[in-house]
Amino acid sequence: MRKVAVVGAGMTIFRRRLQETGKELSFEASRMALDQAKMEISDVNAVIHGTAPDAFDGVHMKGEYLLDGSGGIRKPYMRVYTGGGTGVFSTIAGWWHVASGLADIALVVNEEKMSSCQPHPQSVFAHIWDPILDRPLKPNLVWIFAMEMNRYMTVHGIPYEDIARVAVKNKRNAVGHPCAQLPDANITLEDVMNSEVMAWPVHRLDISPPSDGAAAVVLASEDVVRKRKLRDQAAWIKGVGWCIDSTMWTDRDLVFPEYVNRAAKMAYKQAKIDRPKRQIDFAEPYDPFDYKELHHLEGLGLADKGKAGLMTREGITERDGKLPVCPSGGLLGVGNPIAATMGIKIGELYWQLTGQAGKRQIPHEVHTGVAQAWGDLMQYGSVVVMGA
Amino acid sequence: MKIGIVGVGVTPFRLTTPEFSWKELMYDAAQRAYADAGVDPRTDVDSFITCAEDYYEGFGIFDEFTPDQLGAALRPMHTVGGDGIQGLANAFMIIQAGAADVVAVESHSKASDILTFDGIVAHGLDPIWNRPLGGHPNYVAGLEMDAFLRASRNTAKDCALVVEKNRCAALRNPVAAYGSRVTAGQVAGSAPLWAPLRALDVAGLADGCVVLVVAGERAARRMQSEPVWVRGIGWASDAPALETRDWAGAAYARLAADMAYRLAKVRRPAGAFDLAEVDDKFSYKELQHLEAIGLAKKGQAGKMARRGALGLGGKLPTNVSGGSLGCGNVLDASGLHRVSEAVLQLRGEAGSHQVDGARTAIVQSWRGLPTATGAVAVLGVGR
Repeated sequence: MRKVAVVGAGMTIFRRRLQETGKELSFEASRMALDQAKMEISDVNAVIHGTAPDAFDGVHMKGEYLLDGSGGIRKPYMRVYTGGGTGVFSTIAGWWHVASGLADIALVVNEEKMSSCQPHPQSVFAHIWDPILDRPLKPNLVWIFAMEMNRYMTVHGIPYEDIARVAVKNKRNAVGHPCAQLPDANITLEDVMNSEVMAWPVHRLDISPPSDGAAAVVLASEDVVRKRKLRDQAAWIKGVGWCIDSTMWTDRDLVFPEYVNRAAKMAYKQAKIDRPKRQIDFAEPYDPFDYKELHHLEGLGLADKGKAGLMTREGITERDGKLPVCPSGGLLGVGNPIAATMGIKIGELYWQLTGQAGKRQIPHEVHTGVAQAWGDLMQYGSVVVMGA
Repeated sequence: MKIGIVGVGVTPFRLTTPEFSWKELMYDAAQRAYADAGVDPRTDVDSFITCAEDYYEGFGIFDEFTPDQLGAALRPMHTVGGDGIQGLANAFMIIQAGAADVVAVESHSKASDILTFDGIVAHGLDPIWNRPLGGHPNYVAGLEMDAFLRASRNTAKDCALVVEKNRCAALRNPVAAYGSRVTAGQVAGSAPLWAPLRALDVAGLADGCVVLVVAGERAARRMQSEPVWVRGIGWASDAPALETRDWAGAAYARLAADMAYRLAKVRRPAGAFDLAEVDDKFSYKELQHLEAIGLAKKGQAGKMARRGALGLGGKLPTNVSGGSLGCGNVLDASGLHRVSEAVLQLRGEAGSHQVDGARTAIVQSWRGLPTATGAVAVLGVGR
């Protein structure tokens, strides 16, 4: 198995209703990542694309449609798709392109354009359910996540303010992010707790905003890193893991994300991590809802079951805390263009580990970080461990 | 490390499958493949892959619905938005990278559930430049056929012979849905719907599912006395824009073949293979692909068809399974179907359409309209 490094990353701003097409967003992010890696598209052996539902952009075979913007013309081009899990999963696919020896340099591009979907991207989610068992109930994502959040709070006896605190932290962290959609330096716990109830216990500010955007990373083999003198700007992929749970979400105990736990164990094993709480310096778990950050910290083995909220309350997960979590500002602060959140998960790991995070840089030294994404029907976990 | 195919499961292809859902089709093909490989998916398969597209399936996020019927719940699994051979390429890389020893690859078509197939294909056209032009999307294939025939000097008659050959061949294949003694004359007399493309030049849709079990060398040898080795694999895409792609030469097929030949160390593809399974979702595609991947000289594929070189017993038996024209177009499962046919041939288990003594095979796929994406796999048994 060959060692694989991230040597460049780029992302567009995250906004509702960007004027650019999905192709243009993909191009912008790819160009930035290649510039940072000091490469041209002709240096790239393979392109991996990650993008979530075709129905957002309203194009069948959306991966094919976006391939020219992503630099895939006349190259091996592969689209992988694991719902929201794609945000981290596409990098895993990029990793095996290089680790297998089939490519020396691979470009991973993720795009999402949710605003083409009218009247609201939520309408796509009307079609993600089992057509016989679920669809007639007309569920939507906010209310099934409300069930999961409620279960999590009830079983562990977690007060709502411990969850709302995550939204405050992440929206404040996002202030330093040039791409952020909802940064807020002055947001308070009361603002979140007093925001409109969408489906109890989920309040409006517990939810990340739908968004348009794209992100890209360049992956390179150890040889390329040496020959091109990229060691100073390389962050190594130490471990990857992915896992899908049963489609039947109604049959699962929603209190613990077992699929994230299994994906994390797979990645930790490869990265030779046996005590994640000690060996991982910071984390970028998927936080489309504030309770998900806590849920995922527990799945990743970085918090004991039911205790992640306490860590937030004690400030351990602040940027200057012992275990900084979502120093990027996360999906809650920077925005949630589903697959393109790669920029604030894999991208943030890369920039933090190579000391390029600017105002968001964690003040103390960090050597190992973990990124995780979550997708499908509360059933997918993808995990990448990276080290400087 | 060598990568071998150790299990194949195929459900018979049919025009409709009212008694089974797509989930049940997947289960059926999977259990056949697992039985063939002698594996228990819950303990022996490390990773699972499905190749699917949301719009074909009628779901917002189809990836959700993939694990249970394959035995993949709480296991590493992902979807590839691509052809089955691209899925096989992922399995190849996952094993090479050391992340798994045994991988299952699945792809299926439940085309009979699709009410508006043409509308879905049209939805794959660029929403700003092409889609507003309207019309049935097969016009893209008509234009391409015209460009290919003009550039290569093959003829529409040669294409009609391909239809006759493949649909007759399908009569010998128990999984084929479109076996028929159609003659080239009948093809030439069918309606010129997207001239020069005629109604019978188009492969009909079918339901079906294919599952492969793929393993690294050691595991493969443990499971099968004679695994079918994936000696080379390649995939490539040309421009998605109709305006800028290569219309005559199927550049995606050429590039994918170059990659697969490089890995398999094939220098002279013509003469290197005992049989070929190449994409024929439209009749001209078989000829175009044979030339693009170097199995026929430019402009000579039609001549090979006329001389019977592409039939069973010919110099290069091509699509003796019946291909898509004879078996049916099973969408993104088409590539995996071709691999499964080649595996049966190389194992000597192809029954009445067996190519005698077949040791090496080439398989090529195309994702269908409106894409310019395809993949190639070089397969072989023995050393």
